[in-house]
Parts: sequence; C-alpha cells; structure tokens
Amino acid sequence: MSHRLAFYIHIPYCLARCGYCDFNTYTPRELQSDTVRSLSSRYIESAIREIELASARVGAAVVPSIFFGGGTPSLMAGTEIASVINTIRDRFELASDAEITIEVNPDSVTSEFLALTREAGANRISMGMQSAKAHVLAALDRTHSPESVPRAVELVRSHGYEHCSVDLIYGTPGESIDDWRESVAAALSLKVDHLSAYALIVEKGTKLAARVKSGELIIPPEDETATKYEIVDEMCGEKGFHWYELSNWSAEGGECRHNISYWDGSHWWGVGPGAHSYFNGVRWWNVKHPETYQSKIKEGKSPMLESEELSEQNRRDESIMLRIRMREGIPLSDLSPAERERVGQYLESNHLDDGAWTQGKLVLTRSGRLIADRIVREILV
Amino acid sequence: MPAIPSGKAPQPSQTNPEQIRNFCIIAHIDHGKSTLADRMLGITGVVEARNMREQYLDRMDIERERGITIKSQAVRLPWKSGIDGKEYILNMIDTPGHVDFTYEVSRSLAACEGAILLVDCAQGIEAQTLANLYLAMENDLTIIPVLNKIDLPAAQPEKFAIELSKLVGCKPEDCMRVSGKTGEGVEELLDQIVAQLPPPKGDPHAPARALIFDSVYDTYRGVVTYVRVVDGKLSPREQIQMVSTGVKHELLDIGVISPEPVSSKGLSVGEVGYLITGVKDVRLSRVGDTVTSYNNPAKEGLSGYKDPKPMVFSGLYPIDGDEYPMLRDALDKLQLNDAALVYEPETSAALGFGFRCGFLGLLHMEIVRERLEREFNLSLISTAPNVVYKVFLENGKDAVVTNPSEFPNGKVEKVLEPIVKATILSPTDYIGTIMELCQQRRGTLGGMDYLSEDRVEIRYTLPLAEIVFDFFDQLKSRTKGYASLDYEPIGEAEGDLVKVDILLQGDTVDAFSSIVHREKAYAYGVMMTSKLRELIPRQQFEVPIQAAIGAKIIARENIRAIRKDVLAKCYGGDITRKRKLLEKQKEGKKRMKMVGRVEVPQEAFIAALSTNADVEAGKTKK
Repeated sequence: MSHRLAFYIHIPYCLARCGYCDFNTYTPRELQSDTVRSLSSRYIESAIREIELASARVGAAVVPSIFFGGGTPSLMAGTEIASVINTIRDRFELASDAEITIEVNPDSVTSEFLALTREAGANRISMGMQSAKAHVLAALDRTHSPESVPRAVELVRSHGYEHCSVDLIYGTPGESIDDWRESVAAALSLKVDHLSAYALIVEKGTKLAARVKSGELIIPPEDETATKYEIVDEMCGEKGFHWYELSNWSAEGGECRHNISYWDGSHWWGVGPGAHSYFNGVRWWNVKHPETYQSKIKEGKSPMLESEELSEQNRRDESIMLRIRMREGIPLSDLSPAERERVGQYLESNHLDDGAWTQGKLVLTRSGRLIADRIVREILV
Repeated sequence: MPAIPSGKAPQPSQTNPEQIRNFCIIAHIDHGKSTLADRMLGITGVVEARNMREQYLDRMDIERERGITIKSQAVRLPWKSGIDGKEYILNMIDTPGHVDFTYEVSRSLAACEGAILLVDCAQGIEAQTLANLYLAMENDLTIIPVLNKIDLPAAQPEKFAIELSKLVGCKPEDCMRVSGKTGEGVEELLDQIVAQLPPPKGDPHAPARALIFDSVYDTYRGVVTYVRVVDGKLSPREQIQMVSTGVKHELLDIGVISPEPVSSKGLSVGEVGYLITGVKDVRLSRVGDTVTSYNNPAKEGLSGYKDPKPMVFSGLYPIDGDEYPMLRDALDKLQLNDAALVYEPETSAALGFGFRCGFLGLLHMEIVRERLEREFNLSLISTAPNVVYKVFLENGKDAVVTNPSEFPNGKVEKVLEPIVKATILSPTDYIGTIMELCQQRRGTLGGMDYLSEDRVEIRYTLPLAEIVFDFFDQLKSRTKGYASLDYEPIGEAEGDLVKVDILLQGDTVDAFSSIVHREKAYAYGVMMTSKLRELIPRQQFEVPIQAAIGAKIIARENIRAIRKDVLAKCYGGDITRKRKLLEKQKEGKKRMKMVGRVEVPQEAFIAALSTNADVEAGKTKK
C-alpha cells in the first residue's frame, strides 16, 4: 500500500510584517532586496528540490492535499506556484480529487495569478480578511482595506475556484463585541464556504507585544474573547456553517481536508524554511532563514534543523490533544476507565456533548471547546 | 591600665565572694549591648584586639544577622578597680532581649546582683527594655542607668537621662554616659559596677546549689549548662543531680568562659561558669532548675523554676510532601537546643502531613521556622498562629484546643483563652490610635504613665490571640514604627469565641479554620473569603467560598467558572511546541492541591495564611 502524504509549501515573504505575526516570514528589505519577485524564482527552485528530496525519502505516495501558506503566496508569480504543483504531480500521485489551497492577501491577489494557479489545478483560496473594521485592521498592521475583501472574493469566484475561505482574528485591542459581530456578518455574507476564526495571541518579541507592554494597546479581557468565540459559533450555525475543528467552520463539504490532516495524525511534508513535517512517527522542522535554507539545498543537504521521534507517551498525548479539537471527537474506548471518570465531571458542567457521550464519544460542546486545553490536562494529568 | 595581667587574676573556685560582681545588661535590640560587651572584653584584656570580631558573644548566624541575642552566655572578666585599686572578678551574664524569652531573662537576672540599664540616647527606652527593667527591680537588683551611643550626632543624653532617672528613681546626673563604639566611659562603668553592686552572698559550707540560667546544645560537647553557684561548691568528676527532675549526671567538665571555655578546679559561692555532663538534650538540663551534689544534696531547690509553656501554636508543613521525614529530623535536632519547642505530628486534608508546633511566642516561632528553612533547607507552609483554648462543653466534657480545626462541635458552655498584660511605649502623638487599636482588640486599659513630656507608657490587658493576629504590624504601622510592645501572660479569661470554618465548594478547608471572637467572626469571614477569591484560580465550575459558624453561613464569595482555557491559534503545523506547552502545564497541575474537586495552587495557601503586606501586594489579579 502506498503512503498518503500531504504537502505544505511555505512562502516566507511578505511586503510588510504585521505587528502580531511571529510566523517565519521576511520582507524584501530584511533580505536586502528590492522586490519579492527578485527573490522568489531562486526560492522556488529550492522548494522544488526539497520536493524531489521528499520523493526520494518517501517513495511512492498519494498526495491528497497541497497547501501554499506563508508569508504571502499571492506575492509569487502564478507560474511559480504552478511549477511547484506540477513537480508534485510528476513525482507523486496527485489524487484526482486533491485539495490545493493557496493563501492570498486581498490587496495583492491578481486576476493573472488566479488564472494561472487555477489552471495548474489549485481549487481553493484562503484569504486573510482578519476583520471588516478599519480600526481593527489598523491595530493589526494589516495593509488592506475592508472593501478590498468582497472584491477579491468575487475575483476568486470568477476564476472558477470551487472553495473559498476567509480568516478572521478576534480579541484585537480596540475591537468591541459589535465590531466582531459586524466582521463575522461581513465574512458570512461573502461567497465563501469556509471560515477560520483565531484568537489573537500576543507572541513574545512581536511589535504588538511591545505596544501592549508599553500600555499603548490593551488586550481585551479573556471573558470577552470567550464571548466572541460564542458569537462566531452562533452566527456560523445560523448561516448553516458547522464547526469541524475548534477554530474552523464550513458549509457542508467545505471542510479543509489539509487542515484536518494536521489534527488527525496524517502525514505531511512541509517544504520551505521553518516548515514542519510529520512522517512515520517523526516530527522535524527546517532551518528558519530562507538564505540558509537555500544554501543547504544547493549543497545537496537536507534543510532539516531538528527532528524528534515521538515516544509512545508523546503520540498518545498528541493524539488526545489534537483529536479533542475535532467535531469527530475521541472514542471513549480510547480512554482508560480512570481517564473517563476524570473527564466525566465535565459532562455535568455541560462542557461535553451528552448525546455523543452516550454514543461512546467524547465531543466538546461550545463551552467545552473554550476550555479544551484544560480538559486535555484533566485527561492526561 | 586597670586590666589584670593574665595568670595573676583571682582563680575560679578560689575567689572570695567579696571580690565578685555579677551583672547583666538590659537593653533593646540595636541599642548597642553587643558592642558594649565587646568593648568590655577588650578593655579587661580577655580578648586581644587582633582576635576581636564584632558581636563576639552572639554565636548563631541568625542572631548576628538580626542583631539580637537569643541564647545568653556568661563571661568572666578580671578587673582592677580604678577607685580602690583592688582586683575583682566581674561576671557578665548576657540576657536575651525579646518578649518571648521573659522566663529566660528572669533566670539570667536571678543569677545577678545588678544590672546595667543600657539605653540608646538617640532613641530612648523601649517597651521590652522597660519590662525587663521592672523584672530586674522585682528581683531587687541594683540598677546602673547608662546612656549609650553618646558619640552619635543625634544623641539627646539630657532628655533621656530625665526619662531614665524617673524610671530607676535616681537623679538625671547619676546616669552614666558611654560609647561602646569609641570606648568612652566604659572603664568608669566597670569601676562603678564594682562600687555600686553588692557582692554575692551564700553559704560556702551548705550543700551545693547552683541556678541554671542557660542550657545550650553543642554538637561536639553535648549540652553546655551555665550556672551561678549560690551555696557550696561544685567540683570536677563529682556526681550532680537536678533538683526538679532528680536526674543524676557525672560532671565531666566544669569551668568558666573568658570568653573561650577554660576548665577549672570547680566553682564556689557567687561564681558563674559552665558544666558539661555529656547529656545530649537540653530538656534534661533545664533553665531555672537547681544543680546540687548527688552525695550531699540540698533539701530544696532555688525558687522560681517553671516549665517552659508554649503559648502560640502553628502547623508546619513541608511544601514538598516528600520532605516530611526531613522536617521531623530537623525538629528533633532543634529540640535538643530548645527546651521550649514542642511538636506533634498532625495531618491536614489540605496541606498533608506536618506538625503542630508550640512556641513561647511569635518571635520564637519565626526563629524556629527560619532555622528550619535555613539550616535544614526545608520549604515550609505554616498555618496562621493560634493560642491554646480550653473548651468546656455543656455535657461536662472539656478539651484543650491547639488546632482550631479540632474545636469541638458540641454545645459549648464556655471557652477560656490566655490573657496577657501588654506594655506599649510610644511618643504621645499616637496615644489615640494606640488606644483605638487596643479597644478593637478587646483590650482593657490598665493605666498610663508619662515617661517624659512626649513619651508615654500605656498598659493594657489583652487576649493573647489578638496580639498573635498581626497586632504588632498594626501597632508599628499606626505609629510609624515608633511604638514598642512587650507582653507577658497573666492567666486566662472567658471569651465569647466561635470557630469560623472556610468552605470551598462546600468542603471545609481545615487549614483555614480559625477561632475568633463572635463579634469579629463576620469580619474574619469576609476577609478570608475575599482573599481566597483573589488567590484561587477559576475552575471549570463556579466555586462558592463560604465562611461558616457551624452550619450558619456568615460570608460568601463566588469564583466564577473559567470560560476560556484554550489556545485557539493558527499553528502552521508546529505541534511540537503545543505538546511541550501541554507538558509544562501538566507539571503545573501536579503542584496543585485538591480541596474536594477544587484545584488550589500552593502559593494560594501560603498567601492566604500570611498576614504579610507584601504577599497581599503580590496577589494575582483576575
């Protein structure tokens, strides 16, 4: 039986760094260059070489999904994205129903880019909307305007993309409950079949962290952020979107399969600087800097920085920690009697779905999802 | 130089009592007693300048750091009087300087004929000094008032000479003025000790009687017992007996301290020195007991012996439960040197295995705790200190309660609690606020005297429990640190006392139960419940925190259920980071103590059990 192996392709470039972002991405200026395009063709060459490495290592495999993330993939030439897809198609067996997603920014995505990528087989666009409110976008340092999002979604649809998703962020300093409602409503009024909503996390070392520390920005209280989660879950439900993962909602058939593979223990290969991979019980991640990455590749070496082989305990911990986030839940038979008893107390506090429990499954309710980490600790002590 | 060349001084066991003067120094912490004592060692030549180190007589690190003397010692100082030119032996008996050690002080005083009342002439007399002065006067000691630190720019010798003269009943100009630091006036002081103090009296032919005024455990020599011989003579190798316990010992070594121990041919009437018998436990050689000769025993001991009586109790628990055996060993070791320390094993549902420990008072408690942490490397949680209650039930039964959670549940007829006589010295500006504090603390005014125009002595009778509960901190903060406090137990009185329990989610937390006056039960309940609301993290369910007297709820707070405890972030596949975070959180969860279903961090117990202001300031906000 051949393997199944999803691909994540990391595009480590942005025109500007958003204040909250701690992802592995670089601006042309940071890399002493004028434009992303002057960097991208050389980078794509390296990425393609890594895919060839993957092919040598894994052998034959069916590829159920490809995801271009970043950074800002829409800053690349459409042909560059296409060449990556084609390499995977050449080296592996790309499933006939493969899901191929590209993250785009509403203000940099072009008709040409969409046409070329669609032609190469991409069928899903994920757009960084974040908010429908200008002052919230400003607090996040986003460069796009709220109006650009509906236009960009129209453009995506006009090129025949089957699936389109938008990302939102809640809990930004200065965002009111009403602001959030408006953002969710705006997102759901678009022609999208998927919505991701992430809580803003203040990561160490970011510009946002410095502004919060200085008192310039104030992070809204946790309870308010919890309310915002309840709001998005509620509003998605009204629209006919259901949650399939803690931070992801979709119309029927709109689930992101690539996303699911992160949570259900599937194998994936992350291509590019700083990308994480998981294959056969081993996790590894690449060197972070794009230049170091490219020189490693050029020398014919693996760009891997570190790896870890998961112990039995690690695998078990991860399996609970990840699967609990899914609507699919965890079969109670996977838990020991003691674990079932400990977690059982969350039934009466309404954090676990009663119906699912009687059918032998641990599935979190809305309030349960909001304390998922706590429930994981209760199970795994 | 009036110092006597070594070797020519009168020798122990052969010194005529007429040539002996036994004295102690009564002083407050930091009024310069140790510096003066050091100076005397230097001037009399018993310590050469090059061997001198500061506070020579204070041996324990804690003492040196806190600048206080816990254990007294006695030093034999040869001195040739500048007045009559004759040779004398001065025995300086060092006294502990704190409220908790009143009994030890009284035994030190009983070993002397006179006392130097030493007062810092920039600060004036403090309450504890005054209490010890009264004790000395009750013992008929000759008092030499001395103003110290006259070299200081802030010195006000005239002002405090008036204060001292009133207290001692002399003329202001009779107060001597010295500087322990520069040595000014110290030789004159030594001459005055000879001139003013009477020599010891005793019957050299009577059966031996020696008063134990201190008893110290030494790792190498076992217990070193300090005595003042009253009658007869003690000799090396003889069999001795303790009058109160009847225990017999062999006298392995006898001698004097000058200031290192020097063996002697014995100790005779009026002399002060040490005995070593090979005993390993100070409880077999108790302060206040009388040493006599086994073969020719005295019929009666010297008067004034008392068993040390613990007045304040607290539960001590290791933060790491695995350290329980270490805590037990440490207490066993400390007890060898501390006859007043008592303890017995105790179990708390909230804190695990520990010991209920009894102390002479708050300072004694602090010192023991600090020694346990410092010398034995233990991390401890201690419950709020409490006093001993005698509870009488309507069914005729009674109980002695040293742990509030053991307060009986039946119908209570009456409860007796210890009462103390408190003396507060303060600038007159603070009389109002001090009286207000004492009234709030159920005090009864006993009297008030002006020491000088702007300083006053206020006497109150107070329940000890009120003093144990942050009274000293309150007094200090209300008087900007100027007031000083001394107290001594004077008996018991009936109090309208109730036990207040604290319940988390309906379960009593034994460590938080407290016995308080009925009128203050509500305030205690509100204080504890609101404190805990701040300290206990939110749980997945609402947690009611209640204060109750029996079944009656008197205060209530709620900790709302936690709503968000999840990282709803976009991960980009970095599962490893998330798993490591989980592993860290799991460790944190293991450090939680469970009270019923409620997870309580240990820090919350520590903070809730402390009355300390800085813990308050550091509490977590929600």
